[in-house]
Amino acid sequence: MLLNIKNLHVAINGKEILKGLNLSVNKGEVHAIMGPNGTGKSTLAAAITGRENYDITKGEIIYDGETINDMAPDIRANKGIFLSFQYPVEIPGVSMTNFMRTAINAQREFNGLEAIPAGEFLKKMEEMKKLVDINTKLTKRSVNEGFSGGEKKKNEIFQMAMLEPKLAILDETDSGLDIDALKVVARGVNELRSTDNAFVVITHYQRLLDYIVPDFVHVMYDGRIVKSGGKGLAFELEEKGYDWIIDQEDE
Amino acid sequence: MSESKNENILDQVTNEEYKYGFYSDIEMDMAPKGLTEETIRFISAKKNEPDWLLEFRLKAFRYWQKMEEPDWALISHPPIDYQDIIYYAAPKKKKELESLDEVDPELLDTFNKLGISLEEQKMLAGVAVDAVIDSVSVKTTFQDTLAKHDIIFCSFSEAVQNHPDLVKKYLASVVPVTDNYFAALNSAVFSDGSFCYIPKGVRCPIELSTYFRINAANTGQFERTLLIADEGGYVSYLEGCTAPMRDENQLHAAVVEIITMDDAEVKYSTVQNWYPGNKEGKGGIYNFVTKRGLCKGKNSKISWTQVETGSAITWKYPSCVLHGDNSVGEFYSVAVTNNYQQADTGSKMIHQGKNTKSTIISKGISAGKSNNSYRGMVRIGRKAENARNFSQCDSLLLGDQCGAHTFPYIKSANETAVVEHEATTSKISEEQLFYCQQRGIDMEKAIGLIVNGYAKEVLNKLPMEFAMEAQKLLAITLEGSVG
Ligand SMILES: Nc1ncnc2c1ncn2[C@@H]1O[C@H](COP(=O)(O)OP(=O)(O)O)[C@@H](O)[C@H]1O
Ligand SMILES: [Mg+2]
Repeated sequence: MLLNIKNLHVAINGKEILKGLNLSVNKGEVHAIMGPNGTGKSTLAAAITGRENYDITKGEIIYDGETINDMAPDIRANKGIFLSFQYPVEIPGVSMTNFMRTAINAQREFNGLEAIPAGEFLKKMEEMKKLVDINTKLTKRSVNEGFSGGEKKKNEIFQMAMLEPKLAILDETDSGLDIDALKVVARGVNELRSTDNAFVVITHYQRLLDYIVPDFVHVMYDGRIVKSGGKGLAFELEEKGYDWIIDQEDE
Repeated sequence: MSESKNENILDQVTNEEYKYGFYSDIEMDMAPKGLTEETIRFISAKKNEPDWLLEFRLKAFRYWQKMEEPDWALISHPPIDYQDIIYYAAPKKKKELESLDEVDPELLDTFNKLGISLEEQKMLAGVAVDAVIDSVSVKTTFQDTLAKHDIIFCSFSEAVQNHPDLVKKYLASVVPVTDNYFAALNSAVFSDGSFCYIPKGVRCPIELSTYFRINAANTGQFERTLLIADEGGYVSYLEGCTAPMRDENQLHAAVVEIITMDDAEVKYSTVQNWYPGNKEGKGGIYNFVTKRGLCKGKNSKISWTQVETGSAITWKYPSCVLHGDNSVGEFYSVAVTNNYQQADTGSKMIHQGKNTKSTIISKGISAGKSNNSYRGMVRIGRKAENARNFSQCDSLLLGDQCGAHTFPYIKSANETAVVEHEATTSKISEEQLFYCQQRGIDMEKAIGLIVNGYAKEVLNKLPMEFAMEAQKLLAITLEGSVG
């Protein structure tokens, strides 16, 4: 099992947001997590990636056989956990190229490898830019600075493609994308899908799941996964809305 | 000749210089502690100076005695006992070490992080260096190049002996001895420094930087630099060194003067990394520097670029007097303070001529319990028709125990002038740090990356080879500042 989350409780500033969440993900699987705003989807992503101030008060996150509750975020990243941010941040003055090379070399150093040769790096950049249909100029610009909403999201997928994670979490990568950009994002994911990695796709809309077909769909509500099923569940949600599940829950 | 080969050769020249001692013709000697007219006569005699220079020193000294140490900068330090300082000491020959194994591993670690070559590490740490190639011929190559263009580039003392007319004509023509307390002190007791004269129409074909990077290890406490670019001349000059510099002398008071004639240009870059004191704020250099350039001729240009990471106290305002019509002054600065460091730095742009233009870009970065102030003055004279200034002063804070301050002064006596000032203060955000960490970049590297991005506009102005090192230097300076 690649990811095994057991009875996870997470609090921010003492306020409990995740209230006993369970999730297991095997290699080769794609899991979709859906649910209304404010139910803790991004909080789950933050807890898995080790963001500061997301305090795990109970439970365990086991990744690749190891409990990572207290592991530094950069170590988790170097062990293969990647987050496509819901709101990618701008870093002025740091070119995408420089940022990407720093990240790749950090990962290589972690794995006991030499820094990537310039030629190899540039070749890989070109290849992955094509994959996600990113304009060459974009990688010369500062990280996310002046990028449109769509460009920021594509840039997240580009970074994912460059870093080849084992576990990729996509936090609403589809929101705000037009259909073409959505297809590009989906193509990126599908291209990278293999029996060695897994994806957790957080989304509001069934729409993305037409292009990234999930093996499992989970519905989150109030800090827990309240319903799980196959991809059919997404259609059901689309039809009946969340109220259908929420009503069951609140009873 | 290829770039790297060229650099190698220059390294060799400078290694050579070090090996035999830059001051080898001066007897080893030392003045008694304290500052009196006797001390000054002693210094002047030791240097075999002409009478006019002794008079110059004495005049400065007498003036200095009547002056008060300035107290307007946002710095604090225990009183300096000027009678407890040795004002002249022939440089001690450090004991030469046999190999790098004998060098403080912490120092070597820093060298490695900076990416300084092994040969150079040896040189900087005072390890005996073998001359790989015939150093005499190399030295000749370097000097031949300069000689071919009639460029004068030598120590200040040599210039006094060999080019007294030039020195007499220009010394204190930009920074008068009465200018300020520390300039007066320097004028009285300056030990040595550099002199450079670029003749009419000559573009200096070498960056006078590699030379200085090494030589900086030997610069004294009261350094005096005089740089003249005659009509149409050009030179790019780098002072200092990215490697950490230690000095037993706590007080440093340098003076740098630049003069550009019609159509001449001087680019002056500084990397200052003197010992900043320990984490508790003990020790460290007090660096009180007066740097000023005079754009004397029309269409002339002076650019100051500085990366200030060292010293316990930095007090420094590289300035331009834009006298010639259409002359241009620039100031690009990155000043980093960590732990208990204090920096009060900025620039003055004095517009006198018509259509004069100046730019000030200042990036202050404060961490720990440090204090970092920008202090700038833009003055537009009555005759400075259509003068333009743009100033941008940004402060970046790491943590919440440090301080950043901005003191811009603007005085305009001409209605056609346009003066723009922008200022921002920001913090490294948790979001930016986490974003980097999520990509596998550890906290310290992430801070380095973000800070370098922030300072990029200034770092880009540095000569190539130093820009890279300066980037690493910023990261190293801020190590341990967060988290
Ligand atoms: N940094 C924070 N500080 C305080 N509360 C937060 C913070 N981040 C999220 N929350 C709260 O946690 C809950 C879950 O938010 P989030 O995980 O972003 O939900 P989702 O991604 O499902 O929309 C919301 O009530 C939100 O207000
Ligand atoms: Mg969210």
